[in-house]
Amino acid sequence: MTTARHWLLDESPASRLQANLGHAYRMALQLARNPLAMVGAFILLLLILAALFAPWIAPYSPLGQNLEARLLPPSAQHWMGTDELGRDIFSRVIYGARITLTIVALVAVISAPLGLLIGAISGYFGGWTDKLLMGVTDVFLSMPKLILALAFVAALGPGIENAIIAIAITSWPAYARIARAETLTFRNSEFISATRLLGASHARIITRHVLPLCTSSMIVRVTLDMAGIILTAAGLGFLGLGAQPPLPEWGAMISRGRTFILDQWWVATMPGFAIIVVSLGFCFLGDGLRDVLDPKQGGKS
Amino acid sequence: MSAISLKNLDISYGPTKVVQGVDIEVAEGESFALVGESGSGKSTVLKAIAGLAPEWTGEISVLGQPRGHMVDHGFARRCQMVFQDPYASLHPRKTVDAVLSEPLQVQGIGNRGRRVVEMLAAVGLDTRFRFRFPHQLSGGQRQRVAIARALMLEPRVMLLDEPTSALDVSVQAEILNLLKRLRREQGLTYLLVTHNLPVVSFMCDRMAVMNKGRIVEIAPATALHDGSFQDPYTQSLYAASGGNPDRKDI
Amino acid sequence: MSPLLDVRNLRVSFPTPQGRAEVVKGLSFTLGRERLGIVGESGSGKSMTGRAILRLIRTPGRQEADRLAFDGIDLTTLSERRMRDLRGARISMIMQDPKFSLNPVMTVGAQIAEALLTHETLARRDVQARVIEMLHAVRINDPERVTGLYPHEVSGGMGQRIMIAMMLIPQPDLLIADEPTSALDVSVQAQVLDLIDELVRDKGMGLILISHDLQLVARYCDRILVMHAGQVVESCAAADLHKARHPYTRGLLAAVPRMEETRDELPVLDRSAWSGT
Repeated sequence: MTTARHWLLDESPASRLQANLGHAYRMALQLARNPLAMVGAFILLLLILAALFAPWIAPYSPLGQNLEARLLPPSAQHWMGTDELGRDIFSRVIYGARITLTIVALVAVISAPLGLLIGAISGYFGGWTDKLLMGVTDVFLSMPKLILALAFVAALGPGIENAIIAIAITSWPAYARIARAETLTFRNSEFISATRLLGASHARIITRHVLPLCTSSMIVRVTLDMAGIILTAAGLGFLGLGAQPPLPEWGAMISRGRTFILDQWWVATMPGFAIIVVSLGFCFLGDGLRDVLDPKQGGKS
Repeated sequence: MSAISLKNLDISYGPTKVVQGVDIEVAEGESFALVGESGSGKSTVLKAIAGLAPEWTGEISVLGQPRGHMVDHGFARRCQMVFQDPYASLHPRKTVDAVLSEPLQVQGIGNRGRRVVEMLAAVGLDTRFRFRFPHQLSGGQRQRVAIARALMLEPRVMLLDEPTSALDVSVQAEILNLLKRLRREQGLTYLLVTHNLPVVSFMCDRMAVMNKGRIVEIAPATALHDGSFQDPYTQSLYAASGGNPDRKDI
Repeated sequence: MSPLLDVRNLRVSFPTPQGRAEVVKGLSFTLGRERLGIVGESGSGKSMTGRAILRLIRTPGRQEADRLAFDGIDLTTLSERRMRDLRGARISMIMQDPKFSLNPVMTVGAQIAEALLTHETLARRDVQARVIEMLHAVRINDPERVTGLYPHEVSGGMGQRIMIAMMLIPQPDLLIADEPTSALDVSVQAQVLDLIDELVRDKGMGLILISHDLQLVARYCDRILVMHAGQVVESCAAADLHKARHPYTRGLLAAVPRMEETRDELPVLDRSAWSGT
């Protein structure tokens, strides 16, 4: 254990791998010093574990109806009660983690790289390229996210895949803006000039030099945005345009529970609670990551 | 054949002309200084030669080959540049090894590991530093890495933009010694931009003094010993730098 | 007569993951109405010393001293409010780069007037007259025009002269100049330093000139402290600098290229020779 630690913290690493691992380890140590970030990371770990092992954790089937056990309050048998079709809400929330995680991961995988690339190209070349790309970006940014997503889903048809596509399409412009701003700050810096003087192509400079410097702030931003993405997905589900019944999507579950909110509060509250906890988890982790990855933006030291 | 030849060079940034009518011939193996105060256009001349200031008219040729207005691939192997600020000229997320391997990758040169190790030794850096990040290095060490990067492609002409002005005096001495030694060993041609006249006296054979975008005087560096300059601006610069014997003992 | 400034065993420390690191380790000196130069390389603690005198070390940094007295006033126990009254009015500081020290959205005249009004109450007409007079004193031609300019409209040298005007208008007793000219061209450098020198002599102020440039400090100061790694390694009269004994000072002096350079190689500091630790 101590030898591994020494190896990682070695001031003069002997290989590229050791240098990079050491760098990552130092960041992890720094992150571990922030209690809120650790709470966030713990919540996300729970989310991932719940999604992975849903069939083993969930006591009931998420879809199996039992009309005799309709709308039961939380009890030892049904930790979070049952809904109007007698389904166990705890099991549905656990299975819902899978859907939430899928949405979040896919949106991040689609929109962050897209925004990053567009922003970096725009910032690096400037001039007409910049005007054109940022024009398109501004068109997307000028419309409220949920409304735009609604329009896309309405055009593509309701369903979870379309919801993901819609959310991804509406969230990249923000990333493009950030990546562009970041690129502008070091576009004229000496290390970029030095690389150009080596004869490196624009593509190489963008992928090897510009993008790596934008990614850390991007990771922070995406993590902080995750809460928003989850809420948008839940919003679409609530409006009946996201995941379709009987899929246990948290937003759709709240929507169903709305009818009984005054008498059977748990039907809407339990999935809502899950949304809040997971969103908070992402926010805490994002804040912690910002302090580690982006020291110049973090206020505290 | 001269290493660097500038004929009637005008450089502009947008509508303003910052350099006018510059003519310089630097012989191969010579160390030539461009001296002036901020805003004199001395760094701009260097940038134009490197291809980083594309708006120029006139003629620039390096080692007999005229250069175009953009950065070009083959040019990189003949001429390289060292920048002023060692804190800004290295990519913050790349190890020394990655920085030094990059020129070889770009130019498709093999045997990278060995070349990197050899170059580290040549610029006086221990191999311990090979996999460190820039933030783990001091200013002087960073500047050594930047010099090593420029030398990786074995250029014959080096453009030096105030390579020591951001460094402490004791570190400056080390870097100047290093540059002098490398020039002797590899037969390099230097074009050094600086505002520091004593550095010119130590490093260079000849100097051109620039003021407001024009060259006002070209003189041998030995003129710094006795202050035998013709132009009044050069004389005032010399006096302000503490070069006038009358002023010295105040 | 008690000295203008009396510093004994001044310590400044900052926290690091390996515990608190001292950047100034027990500095002591006294200053009369004279010109003292503090010289050192980056990281020597020279700027921190200047800031500590004004109690400007921000948390998590910490400063301690057995005695830190200005004109008989004990600065270590002074309340922050009294300290603020002292700063500017009796002790002023000129920073390195005028670009960062001047407020970009206020005219030059307004900023100088503000510096004056913070410490004195005067009629508006008198204020304007004093500002113009001060700008004259720092050799700005056409001061009426300059008062209406914004900081981005003036050159570096003029910016630094405006800073000097701002700092000297409340007529302080002690001026701390931290690398006042290192952002400026050589020709302007001499003008600015000559100006500081003249004003300090005329008004009989104390001056602490902090710089990395030994020659420059030797030219403008009476006494020199050479700092290295938070400690004073050499203290001598400026005229005796060439007789400096400590190997660090000697190394620094030798490492500077000279105008009539004939050496083939510059001597490099052998750091092992004197760093005992």
